[in-house]
Amino acid sequence: MKHIYLDNNATTSMRPEVLEAMTPYFLENYGNASSIHWYGQEAKAAIDDARSQVGRLIGARATDIVFLSGGTEADNFAIRGIVESQKSKGRHIITSGIEHHAVMNTCKDLEKQGCEVTWLPVGRYGMLEPEQVREAIRPDTVLVTIMHANNEIGTIQPIEQIGQIAEEAGVYFHSDGVQATGKIPLDVKALKVHLYSMSAHKLHGPKGVGALYVRRGTPIKPLMTGGGHERNRRSGTENVAGIVGFGAAARLAREGLAEHMVRIGEMRDDMEARLKASLSHIHVNGEEAPRLPNTSNIMVDYAEGEGMVISLDLKGIAVSTGSACSSGSMEPSHVLTAIGKTPDEGFGSLRISLSDLTIQKDVDCLVEVLPGIVERLRALSPYYKK
Amino acid sequence: MGYSEKLLDYFENPRCVGEIPGADATVEVSNPVCGDVIKLWVKVSGDRVLDAKFKAQGCTAAIATSSFATEMLIGMEVEQARQITREEIADALGGLPASKIHCSVLASDAIQAALKDF
Repeated sequence: MKHIYLDNNATTSMRPEVLEAMTPYFLENYGNASSIHWYGQEAKAAIDDARSQVGRLIGARATDIVFLSGGTEADNFAIRGIVESQKSKGRHIITSGIEHHAVMNTCKDLEKQGCEVTWLPVGRYGMLEPEQVREAIRPDTVLVTIMHANNEIGTIQPIEQIGQIAEEAGVYFHSDGVQATGKIPLDVKALKVHLYSMSAHKLHGPKGVGALYVRRGTPIKPLMTGGGHERNRRSGTENVAGIVGFGAAARLAREGLAEHMVRIGEMRDDMEARLKASLSHIHVNGEEAPRLPNTSNIMVDYAEGEGMVISLDLKGIAVSTGSACSSGSMEPSHVLTAIGKTPDEGFGSLRISLSDLTIQKDVDCLVEVLPGIVERLRALSPYYKK
Repeated sequence: MGYSEKLLDYFENPRCVGEIPGADATVEVSNPVCGDVIKLWVKVSGDRVLDAKFKAQGCTAAIATSSFATEMLIGMEVEQARQITREEIADALGGLPASKIHCSVLASDAIQAALKDF
């Protein structure tokens, strides 16, 4: 069976050029970047080059990029690192109800440790009002953390305006940019963020490597203590090959960004239009708001998300549910609940996410196959009336 | 997800789907947490289940277990049918992932509810 991958917000395939760039750092230039001999210096130079590439992708100075193990560590480091360094000032954090679990559960953990967290609600299009942030800021607020683009519905938050508000109030501002990086143009200076999380495997790089942008002068306490790698911000021998892969993926993402954004956006919009034409009772979540060009979250009435995912999988097409049901939890997605969907609506959601490497034929295949699957499941439903 | 081939077959080609006009019992059981719902129609004659049909809205496991349990029911003595357990349904379908056990509970609950007055 031919397999089609349309679950790129979960992870992406690695570009062949990325693997090619990485290979020498496993086999020949395998030195420890802290070593002063040739092997070490080759590794160090490669890391420095990757640091520039990742920095260029987001408009940051290379020295402000800290490599680490991935998006989850970046979020943990940003949030815990600021809270720890600012404990004499206060223990209040502001975040939203649609954050990734890496931010949400870190904030919940800090709540248990005595921090106060304000969870800002989003509207029905999944958007935060910047003024809500201004109203929530208190004298003891130490951090605002708001995701840039949502992983489930793709909505893009008004980070620039929130950054402006945080700056005026003198509060540190972190944004989880894992889904946005490489998919939309961005400049951390314009966004006015102090900290910005990234992950390589979401942009055709390797798993197990990510980065946190830390604006110069931002006081942040490291999570890891050890040999003082990454300018004392993240101890542990660098994952040289992984970092090189991240650098290569960042360069390719930047070079192709303008073209891919248009191509993928058009492909996604066309896909949604065709699905709407062939299926009744479907809605696109977040379509009224600014969205990532690659993400589509479709709510299908009278059919259940996991059943659609398994049916598509049996035909060789990989997508995911909007709800967490298939990942072992019975609870509906906190993101869909936050935008005002009832649990029943949340259970019928399907997330289709494209990438730079998605071809039209793959999307055509989904558009062809999905209506039949939905009709079959609806015919089983005791509630569905044609 | 770790579903067996047999379970996937009952999901893709469900048996006993539909409604029975003039059924002797019609019940609807749902799980408010995960949103799954099963509706079961049974026709009973004397101490035996003559016919049964179902409709369901839910995940793969909910549809497959509902179909399998409904099929199992047909021709069974009422007393015997009351003994059907969720383990029996799950085991016959090659087992269920831990997070999907509640789906087989839904099917056995529907059977119990449908047969309670016979």
